[in-house]
Amino acid sequence: MTALLQVENLSKRFRGLKAVSNVSFTVPEGRILALIGPNGAGKTTTFNLIAGVFAPDQGTVALKGRSLTGLKPNQVCAAGIGRTFQIVKPFGHLTVEENVLVGALAREASVETARREARAVLKRLELDDQAGRPARSLTLPDRKRLEVARALATRPTLLLLDEVLAGLRPTEVDRMVDVLRDLNRREGLTILMIEHVMRAVMALSDRVVVLDHGEKIADGAPAEVVADPRVIESYLGAEALG
Amino acid sequence: MGTLGVTGRGLVLMVLAALLLAVAPFVADRYLLSVLTTVLWFAYVGQAWNVMMGFSGLLSLGHALYVGLGAYVSAALFVHFGIGPWAGLVPAVLAAVLAGCIIGFLGFRFGVKGVHFALLTIAFAEVARIGFDHITWVGGSAGFFLPVGAGENDLLNLRGSPTLFYYVVLGLVLGALALSRLLLHSRLGYQWLAVREEPDAAEASGVDLFRARMTAVAVSSALTALGGVFQAFYFNNLFPEQVFSMGRSIEIILPAIVGGIGTLVGPILGAFILTPLGEVLTFVIEAGGLDLPGLKQLFYGAALVVIVVFRPEGVWPWLARRLRLVRQPGEES
Repeated sequence: MTALLQVENLSKRFRGLKAVSNVSFTVPEGRILALIGPNGAGKTTTFNLIAGVFAPDQGTVALKGRSLTGLKPNQVCAAGIGRTFQIVKPFGHLTVEENVLVGALAREASVETARREARAVLKRLELDDQAGRPARSLTLPDRKRLEVARALATRPTLLLLDEVLAGLRPTEVDRMVDVLRDLNRREGLTILMIEHVMRAVMALSDRVVVLDHGEKIADGAPAEVVADPRVIESYLGAEALG
Repeated sequence: MGTLGVTGRGLVLMVLAALLLAVAPFVADRYLLSVLTTVLWFAYVGQAWNVMMGFSGLLSLGHALYVGLGAYVSAALFVHFGIGPWAGLVPAVLAAVLAGCIIGFLGFRFGVKGVHFALLTIAFAEVARIGFDHITWVGGSAGFFLPVGAGENDLLNLRGSPTLFYYVVLGLVLGALALSRLLLHSRLGYQWLAVREEPDAAEASGVDLFRARMTAVAVSSALTALGGVFQAFYFNNLFPEQVFSMGRSIEIILPAIVGGIGTLVGPILGAFILTPLGEVLTFVIEAGGLDLPGLKQLFYGAALVVIVVFRPEGVWPWLARRLRLVRQPGEES
């Protein structure tokens, strides 16, 4: 089992505030890894460091052994990492199909071919019946799915999902979990997800990394991690014991 | 928005409008033809500006710079070296693109965004206005004049009758419309729209923001410079105070704002609303004997306010919906 993504000693400060401090973990190829932790733990900052939004103060990020450190977001995308945004960022005035088309154009120069790919991805995420609607008119659950669709259309080897289940109703969570599991099992897509919905984390992930105050406090199988007293104290709370 | 298909009805109307414009010189008198030429000129530069603001979300308030550079470079080559406008437009366009790329480089490399980017574009236009006042080689503040021909039509040197100029500018408008449509449905066009809507998400989807924005500036400044070449040979006189003025930059952007920013037809429709509005106001004010200074501007401004308040997304999107000229999202083609 080789490591697809390797994050080593990653650190980032914002005006003296340690957002991420010396964080290391690996995502093995073909697996789903969940990044959990309380608000402000540095999860999204870690994502942004991987995706090239910020350059780390220290540490390295490598995909398949190739260093991504210091690359810009579009270069990280070209290297094979697709991402979603926690606060969804649809191209509001474009149609749903055009949103995904932009993603597909990352790898495909022909608009016609890219459009066909976009339609296939939309079908996959059950958004095909909304293809012609402006993205801004979608409901929140559909916008979340659109984020995933657009990222998928860039044909990533690693998908970064930033709270794509937050704000969804339980039935919608189940639908999305099914889609993600399917992508992982059938197409071998590796996924790194930030998630608060523990039910989904337990159902999907092979491994869980816990951050708190910018530091990694746990890293292991889901069952082990949720039993870890430090994790319970900092994040899950006493009720999780029940 | 702007990328939707045209309905059969819309197509018929557009073909009709094109036909009407094609035969206009045979039915219109000299005055009407000059008004139409002005309308088409603003429609053209409005489309050029739309590539930056409408397609890519880059607010330029200094497009007079590109008009002026195109005008002065082509005029200087003609007057001093006898180089005709068709050859002269190449260096004229290159000069404008170079200026645009310098502004773009400064803006995009150093993260100058939104209104601050707009200020940068104004600053460059103002520097050009003051600078050209002192370049005596092209007349300085006293103006630069092109020799007026004998009146015979000479397309090669762009000398001749108002009808000749009318058809040239009509060609520019139709050419810009075709180019805009082509670009908007290309890979680059979709990337521009993505950058306009959500730069961060566009970048995460593999779009090189710097390159996308620079190409938008290059295309827009190149097109605008052609408008400048036309202007120089049509009016035969250039004054820095007019050509590079802030007021001219504003006039360039009004058609697109009124007609619909980011749409293909918006700038053209906007020009057909604004220029005639100005002419009608002049006529009404003169006929009414109310020749007070600034009165026309007052009415013009009030009309603008009304349009912008009631149709903030522009007249074209509303009109196209009402008259069913374009397919609405979700309608099958």
